[in-house]
Amino acid sequence: MTDRSEQLLEQVLAAKAAGQPLRIVGGNSKAFLGRQADAETQDLNVGEHRGIVDYNPVELVLTARAGTPLREIEAALAEHGQALHFEPPHFGDSDTLGGTLAANLSGPARPWSGSVRDQVLGIRLINGNGEHLRFGGQVMKNVAGYDVSRLQAGALGTLGVMTEISLKVMPRPAASLTLVREMSAQQAIQQMNARAAEPKPLTAACWQGGRMYLRLAGAQSAVEATAAKWGGEVLEQADGFWRSLQDQQLDYFKGEAPLWRFSVRANAALAPLPGAWLLDWAGAQRWYRGDAEQPQLEQLAREAGGQVSLFRGGDRSGEVMHHQPQALAGLQTRMKQAFDPHGLFNPGRLYSWL
Amino acid sequence: MSDQPRVSQAQLAAELRAFIDPDYVITDNETMKPYECDGMSMYCEMPLLVVLPETVAQVQQVMQVCHRYQVPVVARGAGTGLSAGAMPHADGVVLSLAKFNRILEIDPLARTARLQPGVRNQAISEAAAQYGLYYGPDPSSQIACTIGGNVAENSGGVHCLKYGLTVHNVLSVELITVEGERVTLGSDGLDVCGMDLLALATGSEGLLGIVTEVQVRLLPVPERARVVLAGFDSVQKAGDAVGGIIAHGIIPGGLEMMDSHAIIAADDFAGAGYPREAKALLLCEVDGTEEEVEEHIEQAETLFRELGATSVRTSRSEQERALLWKGRKSAFPAVGRISPDYYCMDGTIPRSQLAFVLTEMERLSQEYDLRVANVFHAGDGNLHPLILFDANVPGEFERTEAFGSRILQLCVEVGGCITGEHGVGVEKIRQMAIQFNDLELAQFHAVKAAFDPPGILNPGKGVPTLRFCQEYRSLEHKCQQHAVEADHD
Repeated sequence: MTDRSEQLLEQVLAAKAAGQPLRIVGGNSKAFLGRQADAETQDLNVGEHRGIVDYNPVELVLTARAGTPLREIEAALAEHGQALHFEPPHFGDSDTLGGTLAANLSGPARPWSGSVRDQVLGIRLINGNGEHLRFGGQVMKNVAGYDVSRLQAGALGTLGVMTEISLKVMPRPAASLTLVREMSAQQAIQQMNARAAEPKPLTAACWQGGRMYLRLAGAQSAVEATAAKWGGEVLEQADGFWRSLQDQQLDYFKGEAPLWRFSVRANAALAPLPGAWLLDWAGAQRWYRGDAEQPQLEQLAREAGGQVSLFRGGDRSGEVMHHQPQALAGLQTRMKQAFDPHGLFNPGRLYSWL
Repeated sequence: MSDQPRVSQAQLAAELRAFIDPDYVITDNETMKPYECDGMSMYCEMPLLVVLPETVAQVQQVMQVCHRYQVPVVARGAGTGLSAGAMPHADGVVLSLAKFNRILEIDPLARTARLQPGVRNQAISEAAAQYGLYYGPDPSSQIACTIGGNVAENSGGVHCLKYGLTVHNVLSVELITVEGERVTLGSDGLDVCGMDLLALATGSEGLLGIVTEVQVRLLPVPERARVVLAGFDSVQKAGDAVGGIIAHGIIPGGLEMMDSHAIIAADDFAGAGYPREAKALLLCEVDGTEEEVEEHIEQAETLFRELGATSVRTSRSEQERALLWKGRKSAFPAVGRISPDYYCMDGTIPRSQLAFVLTEMERLSQEYDLRVANVFHAGDGNLHPLILFDANVPGEFERTEAFGSRILQLCVEVGGCITGEHGVGVEKIRQMAIQFNDLELAQFHAVKAAFDPPGILNPGKGVPTLRFCQEYRSLEHKCQQHAVEADHD
């Protein structure tokens, strides 16, 4: 429980005065994400700015400093039968709330429970002028001013240093059960979407290694009745399976081969590529490993209504995010200037030109 | 922006008529009259002209022309907004999206709908019903309000706690920038690379761009929904019961509270059989599968009784469920019947502060000598105090506004905000200075300038100028000093 916001502010002001670009570091568990920085940067350590500031289970709202480890938050919530419903991935023991939001990372439940971006209610942010600002709040409905809090999701820290985050939390489901069936990826895309269109307590749907996995969670009676209706083999130790998917610990994710992430229309046809796929989010998030050229993958992603990024490994000196159309690149450049006019924060981490 | 318009009405109209059906470029005062205000009719202004383009290309051209002359542009959907966000600018164009009323595509398997911005909120669910799907956010104005307006305001409704706001249910928007360029924010997937401009645009009140297409997510219609009505002899107990339900792990589809003034007005209006002697009433709707609803309804009934409910009634049929909701849904017109005018506020508070805020509001009600009835989205903390007044009594609206301002200040003081779902618009622009400091407001201006360098998109709304804030704060300070001095007199 340390409030290091004054020191962080001083460091940003000093960096501004010296024209010294900063690399924002929380738990340093996601250093593999984004581009290799081109500029010489100094580390700005947010990891020591940690601790839960406010948590009232009845309000379903938790506020924590950005450097608070996810594990600490999840343990505090579990004491009250609650959880982070977006199931954030852990890439180590040290993942923080701030890094999770900056990278907009959510787990298997995302299509049903929303993403980390969806759950954010407010933030405190140090901008590139060294001003410590507060946006949003601790209430679920708040339309005063622009939604600067959710803007940070996916920005990889390029707009400022988040120091505090408030988010919505939810009760853990009373019961849960996972059904498995063997089928092809293309069949699974059809099936997962068809099941998602039924009013049943589906909370995760993935396909891997020739098997489709559907997780049901909610009231005991509803889970049991749906399982009986849908049929399929009941997976033993299902929690372990979903945890391994959430944290990318399945065998699929092991090894050094580049890992591509497609975010596309859930029912888009599987792209004709030679490598191995893992489909999550009922088909809306697709992992791909195999030889491929970025322009070809981007073309396939566009045809599937979405985008592709090089999530892990591979050549990280070029662009790792989907190439942006000129007008959007222009807006993002102007947005960067609006928050970080001196280009202090994570230069080149998101795009080479930002 | 200079104070003098750079182009005359006649010249601008002529340029627009070169590519838009001349009948859809409106310049006469009689035809423009309906556009002078939105749902917040206390704030009126006549525009320079009104234009109703029919294609996206025309919207782009309108923006190019207005950009060239630096003419303000106010986008308008159905005009149901409650913060004067669509009030015209005297030297500006009202850009109505009324012609964009087509549902472009519904993909039942992907559970998405592509819509033109003028599609009515309720029409989405009606069209999706044949696939067993619906659109989640359901603002009270859903019969009339449009999806484009919903995006501009980040509209909510009574089901937000479980199903989210507009921002949680939109996948992508097509936005025409101030320069007339066409960009897509978001995608058919659940997220895109980089900073979340879609979230930023949602709720931006027409200050960042013109939305010309919206793609939304659709949800499966729940198998079953039942509602429990519980009466309480104190607001405190009703508030505690809300916490009790949530602490028990039940997330209701809807959870609404009404105070005694609202209960009686609504019951007189709708004949819903509400407990008229109750000081507070809760409507708790549970939806889901048959099994889940049975399980949760039983738990909710028991919990409400344990937590001191003086009456508990559960809907046994769809008709009864509709009747119980009818009272709540007609609360505004019901209150309209007991008073010549009413002013609807929209603050949000942490639920734990409810009893304190309502008690304080009752005190303010006496101080300002104005009645107030309360309906409350209890699940998500969104208060709608309705201040009853008579616009024909000189000075009464001014007193109402002052009372309203004090309520919003109270919401901020207890950790809430000045607007949960109606937006800032013109109406709450002064109160922005209560919720944000000058540095934060300056950051908002920088965001605005990044999208709209000349500042012609809906100017004067949403974010106050800093000078204005300083004047307002010092005025408030003086008022409070006067009030303190008066107390001592």
